[in-house]
Order: sequence, then C-alpha cells, then structure tokens
Amino acid sequence: MFEAQIKITLKKTVADPQGLTVKHALESLGFGGIGMVRMGKFITLKLEAKDQAKAEAEAKAACEKLLANPIIEDFELEVKNI
Amino acid sequence: MKFGVVVFPGSNCDMDCFHVVQKVIKQPVEYIWHKSTKLEHFDCIIIPGGFSYGDYLRTGAIARFSPIMDAVIKFADNGGLVIGICNGFQILLEAGLLPGAMLRNQNLHFICKFVELKVEATDTPFSSGYKKGQIVRIPIAHNEGNYYIDEKGLAELKKNDQIVFRYVNNPNGALDDIAGIVNKERNVLGMMPHPERCSEKELTSTDGLPIWESIVKWLSRKSTKR
Repeated sequence: MFEAQIKITLKKTVADPQGLTVKHALESLGFGGIGMVRMGKFITLKLEAKDQAKAEAEAKAACEKLLANPIIEDFELEVKNI
Repeated sequence: MKFGVVVFPGSNCDMDCFHVVQKVIKQPVEYIWHKSTKLEHFDCIIIPGGFSYGDYLRTGAIARFSPIMDAVIKFADNGGLVIGICNGFQILLEAGLLPGAMLRNQNLHFICKFVELKVEATDTPFSSGYKKGQIVRIPIAHNEGNYYIDEKGLAELKKNDQIVFRYVNNPNGALDDIAGIVNKERNVLGMMPHPERCSEKELTSTDGLPIWESIVKWLSRKSTKR
C-alpha cells in the first residue's frame, strides 16, 4: 500500500486573493516581516500498486486528469510506501 | 427544435431554464439526467447554474466527468448549440469546450446582484438579437467568476472576436472584464450572468430574453436550410 501526498497551489502567475487577505490579517495582528502568503490544497490518497514507480505514475495521472487544473494550478507529489 | 437541460446533482437553475424555454419562448424541452449518454434528438443543450457536486475540488471539475459530458462534447464537435450559464460555464471550461479557467472572486465574496454588461459580439447564434455595444442588465450569482486565461489565450480570444459579454463595472476581478465567451466555432457559449433570471417583465428585466430568441431564430433558419 502506498500513500500519496499532493500539494496543489495556484501558479505563481495567478493572483491569489485568499493569500493576500491572510497576509493582511497577519500584518494587522502585528506579525512583522510577512512576505508573500499563498494558499493551496493538500490531498492525501492511499493506493495499491505493484511498486513505487507505478504508484507515482498513477498518482501523477490522477493529478493531471482531475485533481489539479493545469491552466491555473501546479502540483507537487510525494509517494511513500506504507 | 428541441432543447435539453442537463441536470447534475447540485444543479439549481435547471427549473428556471426549463421554465423559460417552455413558457416564455414556447419550445419543446426535456431534462437530461447527467447519467444519460445520448443527445441525438436535441438541437440546443443548456448546462444550467448551481453547485454541481457541491463545488468540491474546483467548480465544475467533477461534473465535467459525468457520463453526459462525453455526449455534450461530441454534440458540440458536430456543431450543436451548447450554452453554459454560471456553473454551466465553469463546467464547459473544465471540459475544455471553452478556453480558460475560473478563480475565486477577487473580493472573496459570493456576489448576487444585477450587473450591467456590454454586448461585444452579435455574430453568434446566442447574441444576434442584441445590438453591438448595447448595455444590458442581467444578474450574477457566483463565488468563482473571476475569469482567467494566459496572455496568449487572451490574444486568441480577441483576435477571433470570441468575447461576447464584458462587465461594465467588473464585480469579480475577471480578466479583461470578461463575462461571457464563445468557442472559436461560435456554437458554444459560456456566461456567468443568468439570462434565465431576467427573461420576463415580472423579474424587472427582460434583457436576457434576446439570448433565447437568438437561439430560436438561428435554429429555425438552420432547419429551413435543411
């Protein structure tokens, strides 16, 4: 059994109003030196596969087909054998 | 001439669209459950607004893989008319029938109000009943209407005159004030504002009516040509 941990973020070229609002909230609470804040999604999924390479390929395909929208989002993927 | 209104779990403007087609423009119309896979006897498909699959993951992302969508893509590829309104527009973007994607509204609020739109293109089956440059009043109701496309894509949209409606006062951050676009072939329209909510005088605006009338006119001409 494998576990995939998937991070989905808006592309750097896409404005993130949610991140900006959180940045402002932090600043108004007195947190100094806050740089850019970006929000995203975190997905974990468990999957059966023959080996690590197959599990990675499967999780990557899932990201490309459904989990992330390549027009506006990037994803990062980590697959562990559990 | 037959209209079909696709119903996904979570659609909530399906009855409004059905009502306008049946009672206002008085044309035959049927609901199509999203598990259906056949669209042969339809002339125009309406993808209504709502919250298909609870807007989970991304708006329209899951509905886009409902069985009916393969049929809608085939129908559009064969020149059939498809109009996606609000969540319907989001589904058409996710399905790749229209270019670009939707982001959350810039102010992070769900916005529900009448807005003014400028009609930018009238040479489409959906907008021939308007005058170019006409300002119309049509309501919006969405949380993700902040249209995004990369620079190259925007240049394409402009070059091919695919932008049909622009907001007069941009409410949501949409790139280039875009409220509605057609595909290159001009038989698929996506728009965030809701014409089905302003097609009868009881609803304080009938500015949405020309869309339905344009479709009827276009389809009648087509059937005479046959």
